[in-house]
Amino acid sequence: MNAALAELWPYLLMVLVGFLPNEIWRVLGLVLARGLNEDSELVVWSRAVATAIIAGVIAKLIVFSSGALDNIPLAVRIGAATCGFGAFLAVRRSVFVGVLVGEVALLAGGYLFT
Amino acid sequence: MTANPDSAVSPARPFFDGVKSALTSVFFLVLAGTYVGMGALAHDFGFPAWWLAVSTVLVWAAPAQVILMSSLGSGSALIEIAIAVSLSAIRLFPMVVALLPLLRGPSVRTRDLLLPTHFTSVSMWVESLRLLPSMPRERRVAFCNGIAVGYMATATAFGFVGFYLAARLPPLLAGTLLFLTPMSFLTSTARNSRELIDRLAFGLGLVIGPVLIVNHVGLDLMWTGVGGGTIAYGVHRLRRAMK
Repeated sequence: MNAALAELWPYLLMVLVGFLPNEIWRVLGLVLARGLNEDSELVVWSRAVATAIIAGVIAKLIVFSSGALDNIPLAVRIGAATCGFGAFLAVRRSVFVGVLVGEVALLAGGYLFT
Repeated sequence: MTANPDSAVSPARPFFDGVKSALTSVFFLVLAGTYVGMGALAHDFGFPAWWLAVSTVLVWAAPAQVILMSSLGSGSALIEIAIAVSLSAIRLFPMVVALLPLLRGPSVRTRDLLLPTHFTSVSMWVESLRLLPSMPRERRVAFCNGIAVGYMATATAFGFVGFYLAARLPPLLAGTLLFLTPMSFLTSTARNSRELIDRLAFGLGLVIGPVLIVNHVGLDLMWTGVGGGTIAYGVHRLRRAMK
Protein backbone atom coordinates (compact mmCIF):
# COMPACT_ATOMS: atom_id res chain seq x y z
CA MET A 1 0.00 0.00 0.00
CA ASN A 2 2.70 2.46 1.01
CA ALA A 3 4.85 1.49 -1.97
CA ALA A 4 1.92 2.08 -4.32
CA LEU A 5 1.27 5.44 -2.70
CA ALA A 6 4.92 6.43 -3.04
CA GLU A 7 4.74 5.63 -6.73
CA LEU A 8 1.50 7.54 -7.24
CA TRP A 9 2.56 10.57 -5.18
CA PRO A 10 4.41 12.38 -8.03
CA TYR A 11 1.32 11.98 -10.23
CA LEU A 12 -0.95 13.26 -7.49
CA LEU A 13 1.33 16.29 -7.08
CA MET A 14 1.18 16.85 -10.82
CA VAL A 15 -2.62 16.96 -10.75
CA LEU A 16 -2.79 19.19 -7.64
CA VAL A 17 -0.14 21.84 -8.38
CA GLY A 18 0.23 21.37 -12.17
CA PHE A 19 -2.96 20.27 -13.90
CA LEU A 20 -5.63 22.00 -11.77
CA PRO A 21 -4.06 25.50 -11.45
CA ASN A 22 -3.34 25.41 -15.20
CA GLU A 23 -6.63 23.98 -16.44
CA ILE A 24 -8.78 26.40 -14.45
CA TRP A 25 -8.04 29.21 -16.94
CA ARG A 26 -9.14 27.10 -19.88
CA VAL A 27 -12.37 26.16 -18.11
CA LEU A 28 -12.98 29.79 -17.10
CA GLY A 29 -12.49 30.73 -20.75
CA LEU A 30 -15.16 28.20 -21.74
CA VAL A 31 -17.58 29.36 -19.03
CA LEU A 32 -17.09 33.12 -19.31
CA ALA A 33 -16.20 33.42 -22.99
CA ARG A 34 -19.48 35.07 -23.96
CA GLY A 35 -19.03 38.19 -21.89
CA LEU A 36 -15.48 39.17 -22.80
CA ASN A 37 -13.67 40.14 -25.95
CA GLU A 38 -9.97 40.10 -26.76
CA ASP A 39 -9.57 43.83 -26.21
CA SER A 40 -11.14 44.04 -22.76
CA GLU A 41 -8.83 45.60 -20.18
CA LEU A 42 -8.75 42.47 -18.02
CA VAL A 43 -7.67 40.34 -20.97
CA VAL A 44 -4.96 42.84 -22.00
CA TRP A 45 -3.54 42.98 -18.46
CA SER A 46 -3.61 39.20 -17.98
CA ARG A 47 -1.78 38.70 -21.26
CA ALA A 48 0.96 41.08 -20.08
CA VAL A 49 1.24 39.22 -16.75
CA ALA A 50 1.49 35.87 -18.55
CA THR A 51 4.16 37.21 -20.91
CA ALA A 52 6.23 38.61 -18.02
CA ILE A 53 6.03 35.35 -16.10
CA ILE A 54 7.17 33.32 -19.11
CA ALA A 55 10.10 35.74 -19.51
CA GLY A 56 10.89 35.17 -15.83
CA VAL A 57 10.90 31.41 -16.41
CA ILE A 58 13.26 31.81 -19.39
CA ALA A 59 15.69 33.99 -17.40
CA LYS A 60 15.56 31.54 -14.51
CA LEU A 61 16.42 28.60 -16.77
CA ILE A 62 19.37 30.46 -18.31
CA VAL A 63 20.79 32.25 -15.26
CA PHE A 64 20.12 29.66 -12.55
CA SER A 65 20.59 26.52 -14.61
CA SER A 66 20.65 23.06 -13.16
CA GLY A 67 22.53 19.86 -13.89
CA ALA A 68 24.46 19.56 -17.12
CA LEU A 69 23.75 23.13 -18.21
CA ASP A 70 25.19 24.47 -14.95
CA ASN A 71 28.60 23.04 -15.97
CA ILE A 72 28.74 25.62 -18.76
CA PRO A 73 29.83 29.06 -17.45
CA LEU A 74 27.12 31.70 -16.92
CA ALA A 75 28.79 34.15 -19.33
CA VAL A 76 28.68 31.51 -22.10
CA ARG A 77 24.99 30.79 -21.45
CA ILE A 78 24.04 34.47 -21.55
CA GLY A 79 26.30 35.10 -24.55
CA ALA A 80 24.79 32.16 -26.45
CA ALA A 81 21.22 33.31 -25.69
CA THR A 82 22.15 36.82 -26.89
CA CYS A 83 23.66 35.46 -30.13
CA GLY A 84 20.59 33.32 -30.76
CA PHE A 85 18.23 36.20 -30.08
CA GLY A 86 20.26 38.48 -32.38
CA ALA A 87 20.07 35.89 -35.15
CA PHE A 88 16.32 35.54 -34.56
CA LEU A 89 15.87 39.31 -35.00
CA ALA A 90 18.18 39.43 -38.02
CA VAL A 91 16.61 36.54 -39.96
CA ARG A 92 12.89 37.37 -40.33
CA ARG A 93 12.14 36.61 -36.67
CA SER A 94 12.73 32.93 -37.35
CA VAL A 95 12.43 30.77 -34.22
CA PHE A 96 14.32 27.99 -35.96
CA VAL A 97 17.34 30.18 -36.85
CA GLY A 98 17.39 31.72 -33.37
CA VAL A 99 17.41 28.36 -31.59
CA LEU A 100 20.00 26.91 -33.99
CA VAL A 101 22.44 29.84 -33.63
CA GLY A 102 21.97 29.90 -29.84
CA GLU A 103 22.70 26.17 -29.61
CA VAL A 104 25.79 26.36 -31.84
CA ALA A 105 27.11 29.33 -29.83
CA LEU A 106 26.54 27.45 -26.56
CA LEU A 107 28.28 24.37 -27.90
CA ALA A 108 31.28 26.39 -29.16
CA GLY A 109 31.53 28.46 -25.97
CA GLY A 110 31.09 25.41 -23.78
CA TYR A 111 33.77 23.56 -25.70
CA LEU A 112 36.25 26.46 -25.39
CA PHE A 113 35.58 27.62 -21.83
CA THR A 114 34.59 24.57 -19.83
CA MET B 1 -26.01 24.19 -53.25
CA THR B 2 -25.26 20.47 -53.09
CA ALA B 3 -23.78 19.16 -49.87
CA ASN B 4 -20.22 18.03 -49.99
CA PRO B 5 -20.47 14.34 -48.89
CA ASP B 6 -17.44 14.33 -46.60
CA SER B 7 -18.31 17.58 -44.86
CA ALA B 8 -21.80 16.34 -43.97
CA VAL B 9 -21.31 13.65 -41.34
CA SER B 10 -17.92 12.02 -40.89
CA PRO B 11 -15.56 13.97 -38.62
CA ALA B 12 -12.68 11.61 -39.55
CA ARG B 13 -11.62 13.49 -42.66
CA PRO B 14 -11.25 16.97 -41.10
CA PHE B 15 -9.62 15.36 -38.03
CA PHE B 16 -6.87 13.74 -40.09
CA ASP B 17 -6.53 16.89 -42.20
CA GLY B 18 -5.82 18.65 -38.90
CA VAL B 19 -3.24 16.04 -37.85
CA LYS B 20 -1.53 16.37 -41.23
CA SER B 21 -1.51 20.15 -41.03
CA ALA B 22 0.09 19.92 -37.55
CA LEU B 23 2.85 17.57 -38.66
CA THR B 24 3.79 19.78 -41.59
CA SER B 25 3.70 23.20 -39.84
CA VAL B 26 6.62 25.21 -38.44
CA PHE B 27 5.44 24.40 -34.92
CA PHE B 28 6.35 20.76 -35.47
CA LEU B 29 10.07 21.62 -35.24
CA VAL B 30 9.59 24.11 -32.41
CA LEU B 31 7.62 21.57 -30.35
CA ALA B 32 10.08 18.77 -31.13
CA GLY B 33 12.99 20.93 -29.96
CA THR B 34 11.17 22.25 -26.88
CA TYR B 35 10.09 18.79 -25.75
CA VAL B 36 13.52 17.23 -26.35
CA GLY B 37 14.67 19.92 -23.91
CA MET B 38 11.83 19.09 -21.51
CA GLY B 39 12.76 15.41 -21.64
CA ALA B 40 16.30 16.36 -20.67
CA LEU B 41 14.93 18.56 -17.88
CA ALA B 42 12.74 15.73 -16.54
CA HIS B 43 15.75 13.43 -16.53
CA ASP B 44 17.81 16.10 -14.80
CA PHE B 45 15.30 16.63 -11.99
CA GLY B 46 14.76 12.90 -11.53
CA PHE B 47 11.21 12.55 -12.89
CA PRO B 48 10.31 9.32 -14.75
CA ALA B 49 9.86 9.60 -18.52
CA TRP B 50 6.22 8.52 -18.16
CA TRP B 51 5.55 11.27 -15.64
CA LEU B 52 6.58 13.79 -18.28
CA ALA B 53 4.38 12.08 -20.87
CA VAL B 54 1.33 12.20 -18.57
CA SER B 55 2.03 15.85 -17.73
CA THR B 56 2.23 16.65 -21.46
CA VAL B 57 -1.25 15.21 -22.02
CA LEU B 58 -2.83 16.61 -18.83
CA VAL B 59 -1.14 19.98 -18.40
CA TRP B 60 -0.38 20.58 -22.09
CA ALA B 61 1.44 23.88 -21.57
CA ALA B 62 5.23 23.89 -21.83
CA PRO B 63 5.86 26.87 -19.46
CA ALA B 64 3.65 25.34 -16.76
CA GLN B 65 5.41 22.00 -17.16
CA VAL B 66 8.84 23.63 -16.83
CA ILE B 67 7.75 25.54 -13.71
CA LEU B 68 6.26 22.35 -12.29
CA MET B 69 9.41 20.27 -12.86
CA SER B 70 11.98 22.85 -11.84
CA SER B 71 10.07 23.96 -8.71
CA LEU B 72 9.12 20.45 -7.57
CA GLY B 73 12.69 19.39 -8.30
CA SER B 74 14.19 22.19 -6.24
CA GLY B 75 11.76 21.63 -3.36
CA SER B 76 9.64 24.81 -3.45
CA ALA B 77 6.49 25.00 -1.32
CA LEU B 78 3.50 23.43 -3.08
CA ILE B 79 1.27 26.50 -2.80
CA GLU B 80 4.05 28.59 -4.33
CA ILE B 81 4.31 26.17 -7.28
CA ALA B 82 0.55 26.15 -7.81
CA ILE B 83 0.48 29.98 -7.87
CA ALA B 84 3.38 30.22 -10.34
CA VAL B 85 1.83 27.58 -12.62
CA SER B 86 -1.53 29.33 -12.46
CA LEU B 87 -0.05 32.74 -13.28
CA SER B 88 1.81 31.32 -16.26
CA ALA B 89 -1.47 29.83 -17.47
CA ILE B 90 -3.51 33.06 -17.41
CA ARG B 91 -2.70 33.50 -21.09
CA LEU B 92 -4.85 30.42 -21.84
CA PHE B 93 -7.96 32.30 -20.76
CA PRO B 94 -7.94 34.97 -23.50
CA MET B 95 -6.93 32.28 -26.02
CA VAL B 96 -9.97 30.13 -25.23
CA VAL B 97 -12.15 33.24 -25.26
CA ALA B 98 -10.89 34.11 -28.75
CA LEU B 99 -10.98 30.57 -30.14
CA LEU B 100 -14.46 29.36 -29.14
CA PRO B 101 -16.49 31.80 -31.25
CA LEU B 102 -14.75 30.30 -34.31
CA LEU B 103 -15.85 26.80 -33.29
CA ARG B 104 -19.44 27.49 -32.25
CA GLY B 105 -22.16 26.70 -34.74
CA PRO B 106 -25.73 25.39 -34.95
CA SER B 107 -24.64 21.72 -34.82
CA VAL B 108 -21.98 22.21 -32.10
CA ARG B 109 -22.96 21.22 -28.55
CA THR B 110 -21.18 22.67 -25.51
CA ARG B 111 -19.64 19.28 -24.73
CA ASP B 112 -18.06 19.25 -28.21
CA LEU B 113 -16.10 22.29 -27.03
CA LEU B 114 -14.59 20.53 -23.99
CA LEU B 115 -11.75 18.90 -25.93
CA PRO B 116 -10.75 22.01 -27.92
CA THR B 117 -10.81 23.92 -24.61
CA HIS B 118 -8.37 21.48 -23.01
CA PHE B 119 -6.26 21.35 -26.18
CA THR B 120 -5.80 25.14 -26.30
CA SER B 121 -2.10 26.02 -26.33
CA VAL B 122 -0.01 28.62 -28.13
CA SER B 123 0.81 26.37 -31.12
CA MET B 124 -2.73 25.02 -31.65
CA TRP B 125 -4.24 28.46 -31.11
CA VAL B 126 -2.06 30.26 -33.65
CA GLU B 127 -2.71 27.60 -36.30
CA SER B 128 -6.44 27.41 -35.58
CA LEU B 129 -6.91 31.15 -35.83
CA ARG B 130 -5.02 31.11 -39.12
CA LEU B 131 -6.78 28.12 -40.74
CA LEU B 132 -10.31 27.89 -39.29
CA PRO B 133 -11.91 31.04 -40.74
CA SER B 134 -11.71 29.72 -44.31
CA MET B 135 -13.28 26.39 -43.34
CA PRO B 136 -16.97 25.32 -43.19
CA ARG B 137 -18.21 25.43 -39.57
CA GLU B 138 -19.21 21.76 -39.39
CA ARG B 139 -15.60 20.68 -40.02
CA ARG B 140 -13.90 23.05 -37.60
CA VAL B 141 -14.11 21.22 -34.26
CA ALA B 142 -12.72 17.97 -35.72
CA PHE B 143 -9.99 19.83 -37.62
CA CYS B 144 -9.00 21.76 -34.52
CA ASN B 145 -8.86 18.54 -32.44
CA GLY B 146 -6.74 16.99 -35.18
CA ILE B 147 -4.19 19.82 -35.04
CA ALA B 148 -3.94 19.50 -31.27
CA VAL B 149 -3.62 15.71 -31.27
CA GLY B 150 -0.86 15.99 -33.90
CA TYR B 151 1.04 18.48 -31.74
CA MET B 152 0.46 16.54 -28.53
CA ALA B 153 1.71 13.29 -30.07
CA THR B 154 4.80 15.13 -31.37
CA ALA B 155 5.51 16.67 -27.97
CA THR B 156 5.03 13.38 -26.10
CA ALA B 157 7.26 11.41 -28.49
CA PHE B 158 10.09 13.96 -28.44
CA GLY B 159 9.87 14.18 -24.65
CA PHE B 160 10.88 10.50 -24.54
CA VAL B 161 13.66 11.17 -27.09
CA GLY B 162 15.10 13.98 -24.94
CA PHE B 163 14.83 11.93 -21.76
CA TYR B 164 16.79 9.01 -23.16
CA LEU B 165 19.33 11.22 -24.96
CA ALA B 166 20.05 13.18 -21.77
CA ALA B 167 20.84 9.92 -19.99
CA ARG B 168 23.39 8.88 -22.60
CA LEU B 169 25.03 12.05 -23.92
CA PRO B 170 28.27 13.57 -22.57
CA PRO B 171 27.70 16.59 -20.23
CA LEU B 172 28.30 19.33 -22.80
CA LEU B 173 25.75 17.88 -25.25
CA ALA B 174 23.29 17.19 -22.43
CA GLY B 175 23.73 20.87 -21.50
CA THR B 176 22.80 21.96 -25.03
CA LEU B 177 19.63 19.82 -24.81
CA LEU B 178 18.65 21.64 -21.61
CA PHE B 179 19.30 24.94 -23.39
CA LEU B 180 16.64 24.10 -26.03
CA THR B 181 13.74 24.97 -23.73
CA PRO B 182 14.79 28.53 -22.74
CA MET B 183 16.03 29.22 -26.28
CA SER B 184 12.82 28.15 -27.99
CA PHE B 185 10.67 29.98 -25.39
CA LEU B 186 12.80 33.10 -25.77
CA THR B 187 12.35 33.28 -29.53
CA SER B 188 8.75 32.04 -29.82
CA THR B 189 7.51 34.37 -27.06
CA ALA B 190 9.35 37.27 -28.68
CA ARG B 191 7.73 36.35 -31.98
CA ASN B 192 4.28 36.50 -30.39
CA SER B 193 5.07 39.88 -28.79
CA ARG B 194 3.99 42.27 -31.50
CA GLU B 195 2.73 45.20 -29.48
CA LEU B 196 4.65 47.48 -27.13
CA ILE B 197 2.87 46.16 -24.04
CA ASP B 198 3.92 42.56 -24.84
CA ARG B 199 7.52 43.51 -25.59
CA LEU B 200 7.77 45.59 -22.45
CA ALA B 201 6.31 42.80 -20.30
CA PHE B 202 8.73 40.38 -21.92
CA GLY B 203 11.83 42.55 -21.34
CA LEU B 204 10.80 43.42 -17.77
CA GLY B 205 10.21 39.76 -16.94
CA LEU B 206 13.69 38.81 -18.18
CA VAL B 207 15.26 41.40 -15.84
CA ILE B 208 12.96 41.28 -12.80
CA GLY B 209 13.02 37.48 -12.51
CA PRO B 210 16.75 37.06 -11.82
CA VAL B 211 16.90 40.24 -9.68
CA LEU B 212 14.22 38.85 -7.35
CA ILE B 213 15.95 35.48 -7.09
CA VAL B 214 19.35 37.07 -6.33
CA ASN B 215 17.67 39.05 -3.54
CA HIS B 216 15.93 35.92 -2.21
CA VAL B 217 12.41 37.30 -2.67
CA GLY B 218 9.83 34.55 -2.14
CA LEU B 219 7.20 33.78 -4.82
CA ASP B 220 9.67 35.21 -7.35
CA LEU B 221 7.74 34.08 -10.45
CA MET B 222 4.46 35.47 -9.17
CA TRP B 223 5.97 38.90 -8.48
CA THR B 224 7.83 38.85 -11.79
CA GLY B 225 4.55 38.30 -13.59
CA VAL B 226 2.37 40.68 -11.62
CA GLY B 227 5.10 43.36 -11.38
CA GLY B 228 6.40 43.21 -14.96
CA GLY B 229 2.92 42.75 -16.44
CA THR B 230 1.36 45.60 -14.47
CA ILE B 231 4.18 48.04 -15.27
CA ALA B 232 3.85 47.17 -18.98
CA TYR B 233 0.08 47.58 -18.75
CA GLY B 234 0.52 50.95 -16.99
CA VAL B 235 2.83 52.23 -19.72
CA HIS B 236 0.34 51.00 -22.33
CA ARG B 237 -2.49 52.95 -20.60
CA LEU B 238 -0.34 56.08 -20.25
CA ARG B 239 0.61 56.03 -23.90
CA ARG B 240 -3.01 55.61 -24.92
CA ALA B 241 -4.09 58.45 -22.62
CA MET B 242 -1.51 60.79 -24.15
CA LYS B 243 -2.61 60.16 -27.73
